[in-house]
Formats: sequence, structure tokens, C-alpha cells
Amino acid sequence: MEEFTSVFLMLLLVASALAVLYVRNLFVATMLLGAVSFIMALIFVTLDAVDVAFTEAAVGAGISTVLYLGTLALVGPHEKGSIKKPVLPLLLSLAVGGVLIYATFEMPIVGSPDTPVQQSRLTERFLVQSLDEIAVPNIVTSVLASYRGFDTFGETTVIFTAGIAVLLILSQVRIRRKEDLADGEVEDEQDSLEAQLAPQIKDTSAPSASPHDLIPHVVAKLLIPFVLLFGFYVQFHGDFGPGGGFQAGVIFAAGFILYSLVFGLEFTQKLLPLRVVEYGLAAGVLLYGGVGVVSMLLGGNFLDYNLLSADPVAGQHLGILLVELGVGITVTAAMVAIFYGFAGRSEVKKKNEVEAK
Amino acid sequence: MFFDHFNYWITVILFVIGLYTVMSRSNLVKKMIGLSIFQIAVFLLYITMGKIEGGTAPIIIDQPDVIYSNPLPHVLILTAIVVGVATTALGLALVVRIKETFGTIDEDEILQMEETK
Repeated sequence: MEEFTSVFLMLLLVASALAVLYVRNLFVATMLLGAVSFIMALIFVTLDAVDVAFTEAAVGAGISTVLYLGTLALVGPHEKGSIKKPVLPLLLSLAVGGVLIYATFEMPIVGSPDTPVQQSRLTERFLVQSLDEIAVPNIVTSVLASYRGFDTFGETTVIFTAGIAVLLILSQVRIRRKEDLADGEVEDEQDSLEAQLAPQIKDTSAPSASPHDLIPHVVAKLLIPFVLLFGFYVQFHGDFGPGGGFQAGVIFAAGFILYSLVFGLEFTQKLLPLRVVEYGLAAGVLLYGGVGVVSMLLGGNFLDYNLLSADPVAGQHLGILLVELGVGITVTAAMVAIFYGFAGRSEVKKKNEVEAK
Repeated sequence: MFFDHFNYWITVILFVIGLYTVMSRSNLVKKMIGLSIFQIAVFLLYITMGKIEGGTAPIIIDQPDVIYSNPLPHVLILTAIVVGVATTALGLALVVRIKETFGTIDEDEILQMEETK
């Protein structure tokens, strides 16, 4: 039965991926990509990776779909058909696929207990000794935040950098006026996003949501507190069940994004100004790094939580809590910042279109 | 047996679909979608390697003789997913800027424009 489920899900996965390849409308492709992510999350559950499934469902099917839709709102949903037939890419892909299929026969049997991954000394340490060393039931959390804390610090920094980069790329407003200007003389308008949005924020007489959106308004108002509450649960219950800073951050950001989609960007930015998001982006990484520096000042290695408290296990718990909080803050801020970047861009675009008329 | 390597084959098929999308489609958003499929294939490969027959999720429960799947691939992929969406967002932001500069997101048209300049 289990085998049947997983084979069925995988065939569905391949079918959806092929559909993504063949549809020409990018909106449809985006929704299908969300479906692919959801099916993938289900497969992860059958493969015992509940934490990963959680993340994939929240990120792959949730946030990334919103990002693609935000992009399509700016660039248009139609894909032009290519004139040339892509024979060479097809041959090359099939050749790579053939080589990889040939290589899979050398791979160990799926699920067998004597593979190099399962026999590794690390595996035994994580599964057996972590209960004495860290005493956190969810081993994924203890490996993520403690054993591989340095690596996770790097990942958090990558997310921080990506958030800042998206803000930098999208908040620069540069509009090329019509080509009636002389070639060398291109009129550029460089303004920060905030300056562009400032007049709109004051202009509350023109709410962006239409009065017909009554049902989404009511449902969102009911739903958002629970989304945020669930975010807190995932954040602080990550030691005992599936969850942690990464998932909680994404869920928290999803709450704000839902608010923004229903009530409009300007109201969201009143609630959670861009400046606060920017500070949050840095604060999470600083908190994470700060825990490392404090443990160094106490005479240990970077991110050695044992020294944070008299009892090493209590120190580990405190360290993991703080570090996960840092990750949660940075991920929330990064996702909201990225969303603000895309959504602010389309508001500016709308405004320009109105002016052009 | 047939199912011994089934997961790996699905990984390879997804990998090929992603690779083919990236190479054959000239629309830049479609290329990003192809990269996402590519990414998902790698996730599946890692998680498959952590699976153990008869195992359960690596959350310790008070019962004797429980087999847990390997937590390390889970940790690696969990962070990779979130980093993946952050980098995808960066790519999409660049696509938006390309659209504003060239008026199109079709790679062939952009290359033509660059040549005729």
C-alpha cells in the first residue's frame, strides 16, 4: 500500500512537471509549479522527512507562487513560441538523463540500512548521543541549530543578502521616457521606493481594494490571527515536533502577505513599515552571530552553547532557542522585504500608467 | 527488484525536465521555473538517501527499538529550500529589471536587440 502511494505520487509529480514544461501561459505554469511543490511535500512525508515537507509546502507552494505571480504582474503572462526547433537541447538533456540513469544502478537500494549514509559515524552520533548532549527530541532541530550551527549561520546570511539584494534591485525606480528624447539624453528618475510610495500612503481616499472583495476581507480578518499564532507555535515548538525558525518565518511572512493581498500594500506598510522590515532583516543575523560571540567571550568556541548556562544541556536549550529566533526574524523580514519589493514595483508601474494617460 | 531504484529514476526524470526547460525555452520566467524543477529534483535525491526501510521521522519517542530515518539530509535540504526561494526571488527581480530595460523577457529578442545596436 505504501509503495503504491509513493509510486502514484511520483508519477503525478512527473506528469505535473511535464505539464509545466508544455503550457505556454505562464500563469498556468506557475500554478502547476505550486502543485508540483505540494506533491513533493507529500512525497517527503512518505520518506519520513516531516520538517522538510513542512518547509516545502510553506515555501514552494506558498511564498514562491506569490513571487512568480508578482513577477508575472510586471512582465506579462504570455510566452512566445520559439521559431527554431530545440533539437540540440533535447538530445543533450536525454544524453545527460541516460548517463544518470546508468549511474543509478550503482546507487544503493532505496531504504536499505547498510548504505554509506546510514552507516556513517555521524548518523549514530545524531541518533543516539544527541539525546544526552542536547536533549531535544526533534533531532533535525538539534542538528540544524547546534551540530551544524555554523552552516545554518551561513544560510541565514545568504537569506539576509538575498533580501537586501532584491530591495536594492527593485526599489531603484528608473523610468525611461518615450524615445522622443535624443539618444544620449535619457531622462532617468532615481528615487527610493519609499519616496515614490509616500504620496500614496497619505492618499487614503483611494483604497486599492474594491468593495466587491467583501468575502476575502472577512475571511482574511478571521484567518490572519490564527496564521500568526500558528507561526509562533511552529517557532517555539520546533524542539519537540516538526518546525523551527525557517518554517515559522515563512508562515509569519505569509500572514503579512495575505493581509497585503487583501487590503492593499499601503495599509500593510503602515502596519509594518519597510524600515522595520529592514531592521528585522539585520537583527536576526545579529542575534544569531551575537550568540556565537557571547559563547566566545565565555571562553568557548564560536556557537558553543554549552557555556551559556551552568548546565551544558540547559545552555544548549537556550542557545537553540535564541538561534532559532534569529533565523525566524531574518526569514520573516526577508520574505516580507522581497514581497514589498515586487508589490511596490507594480504600484509604481500602475501609477506611471495613470500619469501617462 | 523494480522499485529498488525507482526514486532515483524519478529524480533523473525531473532533472532532465528541468534541464530541458532551461535550455530550450527562451522566456526568462520559464527558465526560472525550469531551475525550480531542477532544484526539486536535487531535494528528492537527498531525502531519498536519508530514508531507511521501516523507519520513522527523526523525532525521538519513548519506545524501544524504533528505527529513525537519517536527519542529516533533512537538515541540508530544509535550509536549501529557504535559500532556494530567496535566490529565486533575486532571479525574478533581475527579470523584472530586464523587462523594464529591454521591453521584453524573451532571450532571443534581447540578443537581437544587442546585436543591432
